[in-house]
Amino acid sequence: MKIHEYQAKSVLARFGVPVPRGEVAFTPAEVSEIARRLGGDVVVVKAQIHAGGRGKGGGVKLAKSAQEAEEVAKQMIGMTLVTHQTGPEGRKVGRVLIEEGLQIDRELYLSILIDRAAEAPVIIASAAGGMDIEEVAAKEPEKILREHIDRGAGIAPFQARKLAFGMGLQGGAVNRLVKVLDSIYKAFLETDASMIEINPLILTKGGDLLALDAKVTFDDNALYRHPDLREFRDITEEDPLEVEASKFSLNYIRLDGNIGCMVNGAGLAMATMDIIKLAGGEPANFLDVGGGANAEQIKNAFRILMADKNVKAVLINIFGGILRCDILARGVIDAVTELGVPVPIVVRMEGTNVEEGKRMLKESGLKFTTADSMGEAADQVVALARGGR
Amino acid sequence: MAVLLDKNTRLIVQGLTGREGTFHAKAAQAYGTNVVGGVTPGKGGTTYEGWPIFNTVHDAVKETGANATVIFVPPPFAADAIMEAADAQIALAVCITEGIPVVDMLKAMTFLQGRSTRLIGPNCPGVISPGKGKAGIIPHNIVREGRIGIVSKSGTLTYEAIHQLSKQGMGQTTCIGIGGDPLIGTNFIDALTLFAADPDTEAVIMIGEIGGTAEQEAADWITREFKKPVVGFIAGQTAPPGRRMGHAGAIIAGGQGTAAEKMDALTKAGVHVVKSPADMGTKMKEALGR
Repeated sequence: MKIHEYQAKSVLARFGVPVPRGEVAFTPAEVSEIARRLGGDVVVVKAQIHAGGRGKGGGVKLAKSAQEAEEVAKQMIGMTLVTHQTGPEGRKVGRVLIEEGLQIDRELYLSILIDRAAEAPVIIASAAGGMDIEEVAAKEPEKILREHIDRGAGIAPFQARKLAFGMGLQGGAVNRLVKVLDSIYKAFLETDASMIEINPLILTKGGDLLALDAKVTFDDNALYRHPDLREFRDITEEDPLEVEASKFSLNYIRLDGNIGCMVNGAGLAMATMDIIKLAGGEPANFLDVGGGANAEQIKNAFRILMADKNVKAVLINIFGGILRCDILARGVIDAVTELGVPVPIVVRMEGTNVEEGKRMLKESGLKFTTADSMGEAADQVVALARGGR
Repeated sequence: MAVLLDKNTRLIVQGLTGREGTFHAKAAQAYGTNVVGGVTPGKGGTTYEGWPIFNTVHDAVKETGANATVIFVPPPFAADAIMEAADAQIALAVCITEGIPVVDMLKAMTFLQGRSTRLIGPNCPGVISPGKGKAGIIPHNIVREGRIGIVSKSGTLTYEAIHQLSKQGMGQTTCIGIGGDPLIGTNFIDALTLFAADPDTEAVIMIGEIGGTAEQEAADWITREFKKPVVGFIAGQTAPPGRRMGHAGAIIAGGQGTAAEKMDALTKAGVHVVKSPADMGTKMKEALGR
C-alpha cells in the first residue's frame, strides 16, 4: 500500500526520525492558517500525490508569506499534476503539505528494503541525494553504498558509521545518522514496510539531519495487523475499477489496451497478456480470479471487465486444476446471460472436466468462440477486437 | 527416480482439519501418497477422516515417523508453522499458504539457516512426482510419468507446461512450484541442482516471472554447472513497472526485474527461451532433437 508524504513523515517521526515542522491542508484557507502558524521567512507548499517527480511538474513551490502560500495553494489544489511517474493523464491534487523552509547544506539519500537475493534487509545510502537514485545507480554506481542487516545483530554501530563516513558526514552528524538508521530499521520492521525511502535526507547549515521528503510503502499482506496504517489508504489515488475489484478479492490491474482478460493464476494471467501482445493486440487488464473462484466471483469479474469502456473483446483463459472447467463454464454462462455482455468472448479452457465445460458452453445458445490452445485463443481474440464493439 | 518425493515419503499435513487441508490431504492420498497424519494445535489426540491429529509437529514426527509436511495454515500463522516443522527436523516442508507477511518470512528464513529442513514455497502449488506422490495442490490428473523436470514460480503456468508436454508425448520426473513470493525457501538454482543429480531427468522447463533477480542468478549458474537442456519462459513481458502482478514478488522495481533482462540472461546461458507461453512443449521437443 502506498501512502502520502505527510503520512510517511508522521510514521517516521513516531520512530524518532527528525522531520521538518509542517501540516497537511485540503483548502487554501487552511494553508494560509498553517503558514502563519509555522512562521519564518519561507514555507514550502508540496502537492500530495502517490507519485514522484513532483518538483519538476510544478507540485512543490516556495512562498514567502501566508498570503503567497494561499495563492500557491489555490493553483495547486485541484490541479492535475503530471510527472514522469504519473503517466500522461496525471493525478489530481487533493491535499497539500505546508512545511517550514530550511537552510540546506547537503542532500543525501537513504532507503531500506528487502534484498531478495540476500534474504535480508538492506540499507542503501548515497551522498548524491535529491536526485533520481536509479539514475545515480546507473551512471555512478560507486556512489551507492549498501549494508545488509543481520537479523540477530540489527544495524551494528560500525555499519552505521561506515555509511555515515561513506556519505561524507563528520562530527556530530555521524552520530545523528546512526540514530536515524536505528529509527528507520525499527520503523521498517514494526510497520511491516516494503520500503522506506528518504530522498533527500538533508544536512542543514546548523548540522541537523532531517527527512525532507519521505516515501513509505507497506506490505499488503501484513496490513491485517496494522489497523492504524490501513487508515492511510487514499482510494482517490487508485483506479476506481481496481478499488471495486479489491472488494471481491480479485487481483485486477487496469491497462491501456482493448482486450479484457480473465485468467486463473497470476503467472498464467501475465502470460496471457504477453501472448495477446505477441498476437498483435493490447491487453486491457491483468485479472487473476484465483484458484478457488466461484460463480459469484466470475460474475463480478465480468462486471469489472465490462466497466472498462475500452474493452472490445474478452479472452477467458482458464487452466482447471482445483477450479473445475464445468464450474467455470457455469459461472461464465450465468454472468453473460445476466449482464448481457455486448462484446465477443473467446474461451480457452483446459484441465479438470474440460469436456463437460466445453459442452456446456456449446449448448448454452450463447455465442462463445472456443479455442484449443493459448496461441489460437490469442489470435482469435485479437481478430475479434479489431472487428469493433 | 524423481526428486524430493518417493515411495518412502511419509507426509503430514499442517492444517489438515481446515477445508483446503482436508481436500488436498485426500487428493494426495488418492494419488498414492502416504499421508500419515495431521497437525492442528488444540485438536491433538483426535482422529479426523481416519487420520491421527497431533498438537505439535514434534508429536506427529515421533508417532508417525513423518519426513515431509505440507502446510495449509492461514497467513498470520504460516511462518510459525514453517519454523515448527524445521524444529522437528522434517526433511521437506512445502508451504502452500499465500499472503505471509515478508517480515514473518524473514524470521522464518533466519530460523531455517543451519537446520536440515528444505522449504518449498511459500505461495506455491507444491511438488508432484508423477506415479510416486505429491505434496501440494498440483492436480494429479494432468501429469504423467516421464523424463522432464519442471521448476516454476507459477502454479497454473506449470499446469500449462505439463499439458503442452503431454501433447508432445512427454511426461515429467518431478514438477516443483517454488512460489511467487519475494522470500522463498527453494530457488531455481536449488531445484536445478536436484534435477542435475537425477539421472532420470533428461531436460528441464524453467518458468520465471518479473521481479527480483533469481532468474539471472540461475542463468549464471546454468552457464557454469548445468549440462541438461533447459527451456525457459518468463511471464510478464508486458507488465507495467511499479505494479505488483498478483504474486507478491512479481513487481518491476527501480527499473529492475524486467522480463527482457531475464530472457536475455537465460538466452546467454544457452537456455532455449520462448517468447510465447504456448511454445514451451514444442520447444522442448526441438531442444531434445525429436
